[in-house]
Amino acid sequence: MEKTLDTKYTYTEKKDTRSGFGDGFLELGRKNENVVGLCADLIGSLKMGAFQKEFPDRFFQVGISEANMMGLAAGMTIGGKIPFTGTFANFSTGRVYDQIRQSIAYSEKNVKICASHAGLTLGEDGATHQILEDMGMMKMLPNMTVINPCDYNQTKAATLAIADYEGPVYLRFGRPSWPIFTPADQKFEIGKAWKMIEGKDVSLFATGHLVWEAVVAEAMLREEGISVELINIHTIKPLDTEAVLASVAKTGCAVTAEEHQLNGGLGDSIAQTLIRNNPAPQEFVGVDDSFGESGKPVDLLEKYGLNAANIVKAVKKAISRK
Amino acid sequence: MEKHSTEKLQAICSQVRRDILRMVHSCQSGHPGASLGCTEFFVALYFDQLKHNKDFNMDGTGEDLFFLSNGHISPVWYSVLARSGYFGTGELATFRKINSRLQGHPATEEGLPGIRVASGSLGQGLSVAIGAALSKKMNGDNRTVYALMGDGEQQEGQIWEAAMCAPHHKVDNLIASIDVNGQQIDGPTHEIMNLLDLKAKWEAFGWEVIVTENGNDISQVIQSLEKAKSLLGKGKPVLNLLHTDMGYGVDFMVGTHKWHGVAPNDEQLEKALAQLEETLGDY
Repeated sequence: MEKTLDTKYTYTEKKDTRSGFGDGFLELGRKNENVVGLCADLIGSLKMGAFQKEFPDRFFQVGISEANMMGLAAGMTIGGKIPFTGTFANFSTGRVYDQIRQSIAYSEKNVKICASHAGLTLGEDGATHQILEDMGMMKMLPNMTVINPCDYNQTKAATLAIADYEGPVYLRFGRPSWPIFTPADQKFEIGKAWKMIEGKDVSLFATGHLVWEAVVAEAMLREEGISVELINIHTIKPLDTEAVLASVAKTGCAVTAEEHQLNGGLGDSIAQTLIRNNPAPQEFVGVDDSFGESGKPVDLLEKYGLNAANIVKAVKKAISRK
Repeated sequence: MEKHSTEKLQAICSQVRRDILRMVHSCQSGHPGASLGCTEFFVALYFDQLKHNKDFNMDGTGEDLFFLSNGHISPVWYSVLARSGYFGTGELATFRKINSRLQGHPATEEGLPGIRVASGSLGQGLSVAIGAALSKKMNGDNRTVYALMGDGEQQEGQIWEAAMCAPHHKVDNLIASIDVNGQQIDGPTHEIMNLLDLKAKWEAFGWEVIVTENGNDISQVIQSLEKAKSLLGKGKPVLNLLHTDMGYGVDFMVGTHKWHGVAPNDEQLEKALAQLEETLGDY
């Protein structure tokens, strides 16, 4: 179906976003000698092996001890290091929430929490590992910046950008091979939404893997004469409220799409922005208060209502409520 | 740093104990018990052992660093920081009150000089100290990192993650102490969750372990810390089992968990202060 669609963005290659992190991290190692790595027994999964090989003195295998890893990272900032921690998103957030809260966020430490295998698209490992609450937990923490890039290129660009930003960052990415549809040479600006497609009937705010689903949905809707403005929200916090409000002022309604629980996700942040400034109809694409399960990523997105077809439905509903 | 005599250090301890009692009395909250018990340790560190700069900067390059993991004993730390020149002693009067830099548990957000990480939620400080020690190694900075934990805190799982990590990474520029006073909020540690043989446990994890039999004898505390320093640089971190009496220095507070987190009333304060000489002037 995708092949016959006239999408505004196209791809020739698919790659996992975690590889974007791994490649960006290696590049960072060469650019900035203060960048150091820590990993809790998932070097291969996080694609941190190349950095470890090239900079063994700046890389620490900490074993299966995520709480300790967060403390180590906080301590390493004292003396000017920029630690990047690597483990799955589940073990980067829920398992170590209090450590991040006290030793990193409240203590204002320049730690970059790099979290792979987020969301349903982790696939076969099932719900124990498919965290869908991580962005919510992280965005609630004062001082924390939350970033959720959409493809290999954007993840690589984000990885490079967060090293130049002083303060704690949660960088979320994933496991599956995914279309690479954003430019390799993009400039990544933390907190700045990217308007990917101009439109007038609806503002579609998408983040992470679902940006690609939104690109597909836009093409499907365009065939039916519906004009979608697609905005890529790679930074969940701080939210680019100016971009959100400017778009909705024009279109009059909003749809959000994310691989996350509806409770505490991007949709909540946008709803809060709209209700305070310019109340407008909004529809939400995300996981509705449930855990995931084992399966193929694409099948899971379909079952839990997160694919392009679901975005199309949500857009039509939002427009009908104007 | 000029070396103080034992008598001078004991005199400082007396004043620090007065500060602790007056601080917790003033806000009618806070944790006097282990603050009193650890007074000799803090005075030994800040007035004898640490190479430190009272013009505080976060990175502490070329300085020894100290991390307090059991953050609830903030009164003793704040008093010692003020008495050693990090900030004015008058600020001790703001402890635990609104708009103060002296938060109930240590914090960095208000920029209090001397504090490098927030603590209070137990179990986290040793990991942070190991991170700072590794950072020093990467930077070629040969100064030492110190940490203090509580004995009740040994019940936290993260402590043992950190205990396993430091020897593995050969963090031999780290001296961690445990305040072994045998007490925690709900009662004696052996009743609440028995710690059994801490020495054997830490040795089994790969640490060089020393014991300070009487952590309320300042000469002994200094001897132990000197011994600990002599063991650094040999591939292993050092653990100091610092035996203290909770509430030491005040006869009706000593040796019981009842004063872990209870402030004295007016009458009790008066009775306690009568046992402690005012040596440096109350704040």
